[in-house]
Amino acid sequence: MPDFSRVYDVLVVGGGNAALCAAITAARAGASVILCEASPPPLRGGNSRHTRNLRTMHPGPTQVMTDSYLEEEYWDDLKRVTAGKTDEHLARMCIRASQHAPDFLASCGVVFQPSLSGTLSLSRTNAFFLGGGKALVNALYRECARLGIVTLFDTEVQHIKVEEGWATEAVVSHAGFPERIRFKALVASSGGFQANRNWLREYWGDAADNFQIRGTPYAQGVVLKDLLAQGVQEVGDPTQFHAVANDARAPMEDGGLAMRLDCVPFAVVVNRDVERFYDEGEDVWPKRYAIWGRLIAQQPGQVALAVTDSKAVMNFLPSVYPPYKADSIAGIAAQAGMDAAKLEKVIADYNAAVVPGTFTPMVPDDCRTEGLIPPKSHWARRIDKPPYYAYPLRPGITFTFLSVKVDDKARVLMADGKPSGNMFASGEIMSGNILGQGYLAGFGMTLGTVFGRLAGEGAAKHVRN
Amino acid sequence: MSATEMSKLDALLREAEVTESGAYQDARRQMAVCNACRYCEGYCAVFPAMAARREFATADLTHLANLCHGCKGCYHACQYAPPHAFAINIPATFATIRQESYAQYAWPPAMGRAFEKNGTVVVAVATLFVTLALLLAVALVDPSRLWTAQTGTGAFFRIIPLWLINTLAGASFGFAILAMAMGALRYLKGTGGLGGPIAPAPVADAAVDVLTLRNLGGGGHGCNDVDDSFAQQRRWLHQAMFYGFMLCFAATTTGAIYHHVFGWKSPHAFLSLPVQLGTWGGVLLCIGTAGLMRVKVITDPVPVARKLLGGEFAMLGLLFLIGSTGLLLLAVRHTGAMGCMLALHFGLVLALFVVLPYSKMVHGVYRGIALLRNARERRARG
Repeated sequence: MPDFSRVYDVLVVGGGNAALCAAITAARAGASVILCEASPPPLRGGNSRHTRNLRTMHPGPTQVMTDSYLEEEYWDDLKRVTAGKTDEHLARMCIRASQHAPDFLASCGVVFQPSLSGTLSLSRTNAFFLGGGKALVNALYRECARLGIVTLFDTEVQHIKVEEGWATEAVVSHAGFPERIRFKALVASSGGFQANRNWLREYWGDAADNFQIRGTPYAQGVVLKDLLAQGVQEVGDPTQFHAVANDARAPMEDGGLAMRLDCVPFAVVVNRDVERFYDEGEDVWPKRYAIWGRLIAQQPGQVALAVTDSKAVMNFLPSVYPPYKADSIAGIAAQAGMDAAKLEKVIADYNAAVVPGTFTPMVPDDCRTEGLIPPKSHWARRIDKPPYYAYPLRPGITFTFLSVKVDDKARVLMADGKPSGNMFASGEIMSGNILGQGYLAGFGMTLGTVFGRLAGEGAAKHVRN
Repeated sequence: MSATEMSKLDALLREAEVTESGAYQDARRQMAVCNACRYCEGYCAVFPAMAARREFATADLTHLANLCHGCKGCYHACQYAPPHAFAINIPATFATIRQESYAQYAWPPAMGRAFEKNGTVVVAVATLFVTLALLLAVALVDPSRLWTAQTGTGAFFRIIPLWLINTLAGASFGFAILAMAMGALRYLKGTGGLGGPIAPAPVADAAVDVLTLRNLGGGGHGCNDVDDSFAQQRRWLHQAMFYGFMLCFAATTTGAIYHHVFGWKSPHAFLSLPVQLGTWGGVLLCIGTAGLMRVKVITDPVPVARKLLGGEFAMLGLLFLIGSTGLLLLAVRHTGAMGCMLALHFGLVLALFVVLPYSKMVHGVYRGIALLRNARERRARG
């Protein structure tokens, strides 16, 4: 039984990468740390359990990454996916600090691997965890244990008492029992609110019922809502999130990475009304995969269908569930419950608009359409080689961007713009400071590691003074 | 039986063959998830081999299961491990399939049933042969020799005659080799062979994989022997057991060469080659088997196929007893306890030879084939 009578130096709320990096950094700086993770041990780690890599600036080849990836290119990539809706100062600080993130994680026992297959060719920009995010989470918890951090599972932080910009104590449910935790500094790393369907409904209405929550079901946004209600400054568009094209047949929660479908650039995508709605070949998939969840979320019924043929089926990773497969487009339409004549016409119009080119699957090629609206800018090949394949799509929400505002030391800012005396934040709960919209593969773990370290450092320093 | 009856029977047999067990069906379901995830590709040979496939026929699953060394890296790294609804548990599922494949390809085929309650079978055979050895020693030689110190040349054979040792050990070991070779052939035939002609390079790769247990390295930093922390305990313990076993085998072989070629009769001096090989082999065998049993007891039970534990513990126990009675025999060989110890040791070794093709020991054969096939595929993939 943990000691609830003592005053801990630092309370870390959350149990994913951002929380663990903060807890480890604070404990290494000499602080006594207690960490509250809402999930039971096997499902610990928040969304980090489903991750695989982090995006890292690096001036030259490393053991696990090729070539170089410098600040300007990283910044350009971020600016492009967010359409400029970001905070340049915070973003550049985060990018520069990302260079040291892999070394920090390695010092905690995380092992990296050179990327091999099925990784969206990210081996230049992203460092991959051997075994993926759960292996990373396991290593970080082992480091927490080594440092003597008090780690509570099945412990939901329900309320933080905030007085004039100071957090004083937390009301928690520990193994189903109400408890109080007192502390000198707080690190909030408890994620977004994406698993809270009622909250999503406030912005999306009934459409929210059709959103698949890719990650942890524990991201209820309790602490986020609690802090925002107590004078903490809000940042980020509450309708914005990182969302991908998921298999429509996936579980509604916690389906994780394997439910995403990478077939879009090699397919034609239609909505429920059998109409195309966006350029499937706009850019390479790592830069575009994260807009497709939102695109589908905005379609009627929040569903779509990606149609392709046998030429393309080996160009992307296999799906967990078998695709629809038929020798004719009409056969595909029947399986998808769509109007066959309409789907045949969409495919025929598309085929007629395809301009011959040289197909290169990993880089933007010259296979495109002409006179088609919307166009398909790359990887456009005629869909004419049976058997045909199709995949039903739904939006898979990874995390929401509505956030508490922070400064470049991970200090939480109050409504008056002044930093809180003892509150820090890291990870998804502050992602909206940098991600106004869109997403860059591997950036969530970068955000968590960089701001987790800053938050842990700041919290420990506050306690020392 | 008429021709129609024969063909009906054939059809039934074929149907029985294509009816898959639950473990195979579950493995195919799990592979669909794994192949869309692929986070484990850095751990061992199984995942790159899986990624090279999109369909998983029964034979593919048998191959992948026998390629799996049960290191549990993939289980502890799995975002979908139980209690997640996908309940991905490759180590336990593949262990079950391995066991089913041992039973399916055993020779003679009827002996496949010995894998059902393998722990009981191994223990029963060991008990039977120890008893038999003691009884034979009493029946065939003067019983008083069992209690009195025997010294000088040929001391051992005054307890159990050499002709008897040669006959029983030779027959049982010879049959074991034959049965395992037939098993290997049946396995190759049933799983699509090695997938193509074999060049020397993949043979060398597979030999290195076997001799270094590369796949128990977890991609460099070890496996999840006990929990989610990494270690190379199982690898080193298995190496101790394997090389200990080989040294013991070498000791027996040198002893036979000494006897038949040079006419040097046992007991040999402590510093002689056979005794030295046997001593260090016995020590390693005991350390390895005791250590592996300890790991099995304290490990996280979820990624373990519980049904198979009986056979695994029984075989480790038998090997431990062979190693320890061998060492004890050395210690007491000049005393009156030698007779009983020799009979005990001989009985246990005979039991090992008899159960060899119907025990966990066959994993070496099928693992070797799987590694060879994998090495060929890996080279072909480039």
